[in-house]
Formats: sequence, structure tokens, C-alpha cells
Amino acid sequence: MAFLEIENLQKTFGDLRVVRDFNLNVEQGEFISFLGPSGCGKTTTLRMVAGFETPTAGSIRIGGKDVVNVKPNQRNIGMVFQSYALFPNLTVAQNVTFGLKVAGRDKATIDTRLKEMLTMIGLPDLGERYPFQLSGGQQQRVALARALAPAPQVLLLDEPLSALDAQIRVSLRSEIRAIQQKLGITTVYVTHDQEEALSMSDRIVVMHRGIADQIGTPVEIYNHPATRFVANFVGTLNQIEATVADPERGVVEVAGQSLALERKLSHPKGASVALAFRPQALHMGKGEGEIPVRGRISEVQFLGAVIRLKVDVGEASISLDAFNRAGAELPVTGSELTLSIAPSDILVLGD
Amino acid sequence: MSKVWAWGALIFGVVYFMLPLIGMTEFSLSMRRGVYSFDAYAAVLADPQFQATFAYSVVMALATIIFGILLVVPTAYWVRLKMPEARPYVEFITLLPLVIPAIVVVFGYIRLYNTSSWLPLTGSVMGTNILLMFGYAMLSLPYMYRSIDTGLRTIDIATLTEAAMSLGAGWVTILARVILPNVLASVLSGAFLTFAIVIGEFTIAALLDRPAFGPYMQILGANRAYEPAALAVIAFGITWACMGLIGLVSRFSRYTQVKR
Ligand SMILES: Nc1ncnc2c1ncn2[C@@H]1O[C@H](COP(=O)(O)OP(=O)(O)O)[C@@H](O)[C@H]1O
Ligand SMILES: [Mg+2]
Repeated sequence: MAFLEIENLQKTFGDLRVVRDFNLNVEQGEFISFLGPSGCGKTTTLRMVAGFETPTAGSIRIGGKDVVNVKPNQRNIGMVFQSYALFPNLTVAQNVTFGLKVAGRDKATIDTRLKEMLTMIGLPDLGERYPFQLSGGQQQRVALARALAPAPQVLLLDEPLSALDAQIRVSLRSEIRAIQQKLGITTVYVTHDQEEALSMSDRIVVMHRGIADQIGTPVEIYNHPATRFVANFVGTLNQIEATVADPERGVVEVAGQSLALERKLSHPKGASVALAFRPQALHMGKGEGEIPVRGRISEVQFLGAVIRLKVDVGEASISLDAFNRAGAELPVTGSELTLSIAPSDILVLGD
Repeated sequence: MSKVWAWGALIFGVVYFMLPLIGMTEFSLSMRRGVYSFDAYAAVLADPQFQATFAYSVVMALATIIFGILLVVPTAYWVRLKMPEARPYVEFITLLPLVIPAIVVVFGYIRLYNTSSWLPLTGSVMGTNILLMFGYAMLSLPYMYRSIDTGLRTIDIATLTEAAMSLGAGWVTILARVILPNVLASVLSGAFLTFAIVIGEFTIAALLDRPAFGPYMQILGANRAYEPAALAVIAFGITWACMGLIGLVSRFSRYTQVKR
């Protein structure tokens, strides 16, 4: 039995179905990300776990106990907000110990815990500062310490890094992950940033229009996207429309070229499918046991270590990355070339 | 050219406001023939009636302020948090005291709470005091509500509330430890306005027959020459001190420096 179990969760605002049939099991100590575009219902789902929204239907269990009817201040859940939401009238120390004081802990416990927390977030000397005297990154660290101080069962973070500069965002990412692993706390992390989700999570829930499109490890999500949406949203992906010519032998037609995918297709003959592959799966020239694809170069971007090419194949435009090797000639825009790709790197996506 | 007009208007305004004040102050200092003196002030301040009524009004003002804070902070907070669509109506209600004359209200009070009513507040001194305080609270409602509501707008009450809640806090803790301290500057400016209103209020206190400062000023004004002018200057000074304190409080409140 999982620690946090969400079953058939639904939420409607008037006519708007924001979350529909959301299912998820989170193991104790796991770091789960909700990844999806803005407006797909990530925050709403998180707020239902926290108790700030009441589900229209479905159940949420924490440690086997149904919490849908438990008030948010009884759930013992830590919450970190995008806007930090530190109490402006309280010092860092008072902010961090707020939850402990509410819980009526004794002074010695509170003091020990405060030291522990401030050391953990790397700000041991800033206890007397007020929030307005801190940078955004420091404020968000204090907010994290404040959420963790009462030792909650579950930690929820709603786009905690979105308001920060790129540099701090990256360093805080690994800091949050390290703290989470050290404490072994079950964590749900909401983000619309795929890099964040891929780099931090044990598992990712890719959300789309209120449904969990795919739940899997970062590697699974990236390499084997289950739906077109996931494939598009996570990472750069080339997609070309193709028509199934022979489902038994796995032959599809693209812009007059026949490609043999060397596997059975479940789609009927004549069905239109999307072939999807990562830019790094393609390479120039022919390769043993690989599928050749002819195209014309439409754009060359020199990115230093990598050269990114845009190649037109029929109507579709695909991009590929080539390493910049000393002595190699830069491809020329407008020239024809042959690309190849391993059959196993091509995903066939239905709708 | 327009600058000349602007200056002209300003000077006219200053003269219009200042001349009566200067005249009144000058008159209040002229009790002793031929020289300026503070005799009128000394007479006023030494009057036991002055001390008693002023003390009474100060106590009433403090009670009104406390009651006002307890009434308005939770109300304005709740309206902003849970029923934003009701805000225009609540705002309208809080503005009613500006358009309903105090005399109408006090007659309503006397009719509703007289000795033969279901709640005979006017039957006892304490009851009448409470009734008077309700009247004052009503008079100050437009100012109290506006300033507190404005203060609430400057903080993200929804997120702060949720943050406090996720840390286990209940409504009382949230109001007392998070909301009230963060709108303290606004609460105080509302409180000083309330103080000024209560100190100068005449109608309700007179008709409820309570020994407040307003009726005292009226009685003194009807019977003496120089003292009322001195009293007016004192009352004026109190009002201005309140205004100055509002300014000071909002300037020196450290929470107003919060980065947004
Ligand atoms: N209280 C609410 N009332 C009405 N609609 C809401 C409310 N909260 C969120 N929504 C709508 O629900 C949808 C999903 O919102 P949200 O969960 O915040 O998305 P995300 O966090 O993924 O960006 C949005 O279209 C939003 O407008
Ligand atoms: Mg959101």
C-alpha cells in the first residue's frame, strides 16, 4: 500500500472540469513531480491534497487514512508556495518556528529544531532578519525550512522556483532534492519546467487537461513517451506524419519514401500515424542496420559544441544535432543529404 | 500663466482655512487685557468638568477602537478571503453612517433600546455607555473599514492564510499572529481617526445624556467667552496630533518596507 494514494480524483469549478479522474500512488519517501503546461490542473490537484480545495469526487489517503474531510490545519502537510508567502511581520526564526509554536512544543525543542533547520538550509546566522531583508532564493529556503520544521508527513511544493533567477533556480533545485533525500520525506513537486522535473524526480506525472497522461521515471518519460502530448511536452521532439503501408512488416510511407520500422504496428493499413524521435537520435550519412531518410537542409545553427540542423523531409521539418568535430565541414543550407536513424529510436504515436 | 492661478488658488485656500484659526487662537490668548496669556487655557485645564469629560471621552474612544478592531478586521478579512463578490455591498453598508445623520441614528437607538424594550440598554448607566460606544463605532465605521481594507490589499492574505493553515494554525491564530500585525499601520490610522471622531462627537452623547467632551464644549461655549476658544484650540490640537500620528505610524512601520 502506497503512502499517498489518490484515487479517481475530480474537481469541477462550475462547468469547468479542471481535474478529471486523477489516479496516483506515491510511495513513502518518494519525490514526485507534476509536470504540465499552465492551466492543466496541477495546482488544483496539489491544493486538494493540502485541503485547500474540496474534491468534487474521489479519495485522497495519506498513510491509509482518508483525509478528504480533514481540515487543512489538521493534515500535517508542509506547503511551499511560488510567492514564498513568508509572514512579513515575523523574523526568519519566528517564521521557521511558527508551526512548532502553534503545535505547542516546548521552548527547548523549538530552539533545537530551529538551529537544525537554519543549518540545513545554509542560513545559520540569518535568524534575526526579516523577510524583506533577504533575497528571493534565501526567502524560498526559509519557506522550505518553515514547511519542514513541524516534520510534516508530506511536503508539497507549487512551482517554488518559478519566481527566481535562472542561476539560483538551478542551484536550489539540487539543494531541495538533497534535503528531501536526507529527510526521506514524501514530496509532491509542481512545475511546468521539464528540466526541473527530469532532474529532480523519482517519478514524474505528466498532466494534460486534468488527466495524468503518463506516470513514470524521468528516463521512461523521456525515452518512451506514452502519448503525443507527453512526447511533445518533454524534450525537443521531431514529428513527421506518416501513413501505414504494411502493418505486418512495419512499413510506413513518408513524403514518398518507404521506411521499414522492423516491428509490427497495431495500426491498420492506410492509417496516419506520427513518427517521433529525438534530435540526437538522428545522424548524417548512412549507418549499418539503420533507416535512411533523404532531406534538404533548410537551416544551420552553429551552437558551439553542437551544430543544430533543420532538415525538410517532404512537408515536415525535423531538427538534428551533430557534434562539432574539428576539421569537419559545416553543412550548407539548401544541400541534399541522407540521414539515418535506428528503427528502435523511432516512436510511433497514435492519437 | 496657469502657475499663477495655481498659486492663487493655493493662497486663497490657505487664507480661507487659516484666518479663522488664527483669529480663534489669537482670541483664546487674549483673556488678560492688553497682553497675550494662557489664562484661558489654565482655566479650562483646571476645570474639573473638563478633566472628567475628557477622561470619559478618552476611555470611550479606546473602547470604541478596540471594539472597532475586533469587528472590522475579521469582517474585512473574511469578505476579502471568502466572499469577494460581496465587497461592494459591505463597502456600501460601511458608508451609510456618512449619509444617515447621527440624530436619526440616536433616536432609533433610544426607541429600540429604551427601558420598556426587549433590551433596555438605556435603563442603566453601563448600558447607556455601551450603547454610546456602539454609536461611536458606527460613526467611525467608514474610516475604520476603509483603512483596514486598504491595508489588507497590500498583503497576499489568501496565500498567507494558506501558509499559516498548512502549519496547523486555526482562524484565531491566523488573525492574531498573521493578519492583524501585518495591517497594524492601517489599523492604527483607523484608530486615530476614530479617536478624533469620538473626542469631538456631540449629538449622540448629548441625546443619551452622557458626560462626554463634546457636550462639555457646547455647554462651555454657551456660557463663557474666552475659554471655548481655548478649548477649540485644544480639540484642534488633539485632532492634528492624531493626523500626525497616522502619518508617523505609516512612515515608520517596518512592514511597509516589505519587498513586493
Ligand atoms: N477557484 C477557481 N475557480 C474557478 N476556476 C479555477 C479556480 N482555480 C483554478 N481554476 C481554473 O482551473 C484551471 C487549472 O488551474 P490550475 O490548477 O491552477 O492549473 P496549473 O497549476 O496547472 O497551472 C485553470 O483554467 C484555472 O483557471
Ligand atoms: Mg499552478
